[in-house]
Amino acid sequence: MIPELGHYALVLALALGLIQSVIPVIGAHGHDAALMRLGTSTALMQFLFVGLSFLALTISYVTSDFSVASAFENSHSMMPLIYKITSVWGNHEGSMLLWVLILSLFGALVAAFGGNLPATLKANVLAVQSWIASAFYLFILLTSNPFLRLPQTPAEGRDLNPILQDIGLAIHPPLLYLGYVGFSIAFSFAIAALIEGRIDAAWARWVRPWTLAAWTFLTIGIAMGSYWAYYTLGWGGFWFWDPVENASLMPWLAGTALLHSAVVMEKRNALKIWTILLAILAFSLSLIGTFLVRSGVLTSVHSFASDPTRGVFILIILMAFIGGGLTLFAWRASTLKQGGLFAPVSREGALVFNNLFLTTACLTVFVGTLYPLALESLAGEKISVGAPFFNLTFGPLFLVLMALMPFGPLLAWKRGNILGVAQRLMAAYAVGIAALAVAFAVEGTQSVLAPFGVGLAFYVMAGAVVDLVERTGLFRMPLGIVARRAAGLPRSTWGTAVAHFGIAVTLLGIIGAGTWGVERIVALKPSQTVSLADYDLTFEGMMARSGPNYSEQAAKFTVKTGGVTIGVMQPSKRNFIARDTSTNEAALMTRGAGQLYLSLGDTNPDGSIAVRLYYKPLVMLIWFGAVIMMVGGGLSLSDRRLRVGAPKPANKPADKSTTKPTLQPAE
Amino acid sequence: MRGLAAIGLFFALLGVGAAHAVTPDEMLKDPALEARARALSTELRCMVCQNQSIDDSEAPLAKDLRLLVRERLANGDSDRQVMNFLVARYGNFVLLRPPFEWQTLLLWGLPPLALVAGLIGLIVAARSRPTVSAEPQALSGEEQKKLAVLAKAGE
Repeated sequence: MIPELGHYALVLALALGLIQSVIPVIGAHGHDAALMRLGTSTALMQFLFVGLSFLALTISYVTSDFSVASAFENSHSMMPLIYKITSVWGNHEGSMLLWVLILSLFGALVAAFGGNLPATLKANVLAVQSWIASAFYLFILLTSNPFLRLPQTPAEGRDLNPILQDIGLAIHPPLLYLGYVGFSIAFSFAIAALIEGRIDAAWARWVRPWTLAAWTFLTIGIAMGSYWAYYTLGWGGFWFWDPVENASLMPWLAGTALLHSAVVMEKRNALKIWTILLAILAFSLSLIGTFLVRSGVLTSVHSFASDPTRGVFILIILMAFIGGGLTLFAWRASTLKQGGLFAPVSREGALVFNNLFLTTACLTVFVGTLYPLALESLAGEKISVGAPFFNLTFGPLFLVLMALMPFGPLLAWKRGNILGVAQRLMAAYAVGIAALAVAFAVEGTQSVLAPFGVGLAFYVMAGAVVDLVERTGLFRMPLGIVARRAAGLPRSTWGTAVAHFGIAVTLLGIIGAGTWGVERIVALKPSQTVSLADYDLTFEGMMARSGPNYSEQAAKFTVKTGGVTIGVMQPSKRNFIARDTSTNEAALMTRGAGQLYLSLGDTNPDGSIAVRLYYKPLVMLIWFGAVIMMVGGGLSLSDRRLRVGAPKPANKPADKSTTKPTLQPAE
Repeated sequence: MRGLAAIGLFFALLGVGAAHAVTPDEMLKDPALEARARALSTELRCMVCQNQSIDDSEAPLAKDLRLLVRERLANGDSDRQVMNFLVARYGNFVLLRPPFEWQTLLLWGLPPLALVAGLIGLIVAARSRPTVSAEPQALSGEEQKKLAVLAKAGE
């Protein structure tokens, strides 16, 4: 009964979605307030019904109702509760349901908190949002129905893929989807603006918090995925340039560009057309990512061709929205007036530069990800594009971008003084050069590039601090004034500095772990000791253990440094009963910002066991930097002017009672 | 397999657990030679895996290739020779960094082209567009009328 209710709720959501796709647009066209308001109610109800549908599916999984095909395929009655819940989205059907749940959540948020939007804009935004939602409800109902029943109820489920039985599955996909799907709001706003043919600084002010929220979630979502891959896959890598990773990186790059161009638009009323284009592109890339991941095209062009229903359906959605969006853009963009002139050397100029590099970086990832697919289907030629390609092309772009990053926030709007800024960054160069020298002194010349990278990272971090020092007048003014100025600084300024600091921290982590990591691969017998960096690890022996739905062989290692025991590490190999598959559980020990990482291999006939041991200095900074970026995004999001909302422009200057801009709370 | 860091993991993972790639018995005695083998391995694709290098993959084919690379190196091949040998045998598919050929022209060319075109476009736009330093323009007739209306309303 419950699965049928869930199915029915989704059908109702589709019906609501179709109504919301049409009625508010008609209302906006004819300035009919009642029709426009309808979108608000349907958006809230869509969320309610998709939520019910998702709840129904969750109940099927939690109660181990294996008459539901997807629960049978992906769940097991012996799994811990947390995995029963996460396995709801640990498969294609359920993850698409999570996708539309978050999509409808964003629609409902606009409906609930968009009270200060002009009525026509709100109506159009909700309608566009509903076009997307309806397309995906249809996709789920027609090709990926998670509520399908089996003719006979199996006694036991097939279990969730063991590698997904991890807390990572609870955290990573929801966060990633909040980011991915969050860009749909920017897209809807862009399309609505194109439909209305009107766009101004207020538009940017409405779009920015949504973009910022999506970006913040995407940042942390990608980082959590990276950490998950790092500790699960057993060889200590944290980014593999895999197409599915690239699928999430592309919207992130476009979203980061959008975030910066929207600042220019909001403050200076310039870069309007470009901002609209980026808003369309950011979500288009999210859709392309969904297509890449969900269609099966990545595994092989041929597997896509042999079972094309889902892939073709998403491809049609993709082409309709991207093609439609870009066509509308080409047709209407010229009607948008450009405003806000600026000199090439200015804050605006710096942000344009930032956009050029971010979009080129995004294009690089795009080409690298899709080129093999295109070449294979067009010319039948198979090539591989992997990490070495991206390191060579994407790497330099990002390093140049980072080297110039500290200049941006210090440049003045309209016309900046680059020499003045260069002088004000003196302290940052000094810090960078000092870090470079220390890196050379400590690590020697085994890698020439790495110390420069360390120097760059410290210079960017110092640059972010210089920005704050300049603005608060620290070291120049009495502390009382500094404190007052610090408190008076817009939160978005703090957010900028913190986020820029964060990306430098991540860079430092990547360099540290990538260059100065130590790796040993050895076959060990009990009571043998291996030394790794400053640590001595003694293999004590193997022991058998059992968990709720697996049994495991764990190896016990005692870790000593300088003769003092600091702990025990227990990497293991798990065998999952239901699928008879095994996973490798690496053992990690965090030492400062570095980590010891142990992972087991095969047992040899002589009784020894292969072990991979790594020491990865600074590796934690990679994810810690992402958390700092997230904090920066959150700070910026808490900025007063984003919370309070945009002042309403007085459109009738003759009417004195309304000439004063009124602030309306957005929440 | 490596798609864990993105949503594709549900789709990409086909039930193979993670395990070891390079095993102790494969490794060469000479550390310099072994280091070269490792460096080469990161550039070579395990052809039965999804986007994994042979250095990372535990697939039997990857092991065979690792041993082959080491065998060639031990026989005195240069890095270039090893690569050429493998390309002759398996085609460009084995290279994770595709060679620069006419077929990969767009792959390698598009990003720098876009960057250069973008820079040129910006320079042209900056030159042709009036900047803040330009003289303020006189109001058009329509704007003057609007101003007059505003001034009147303000009185």
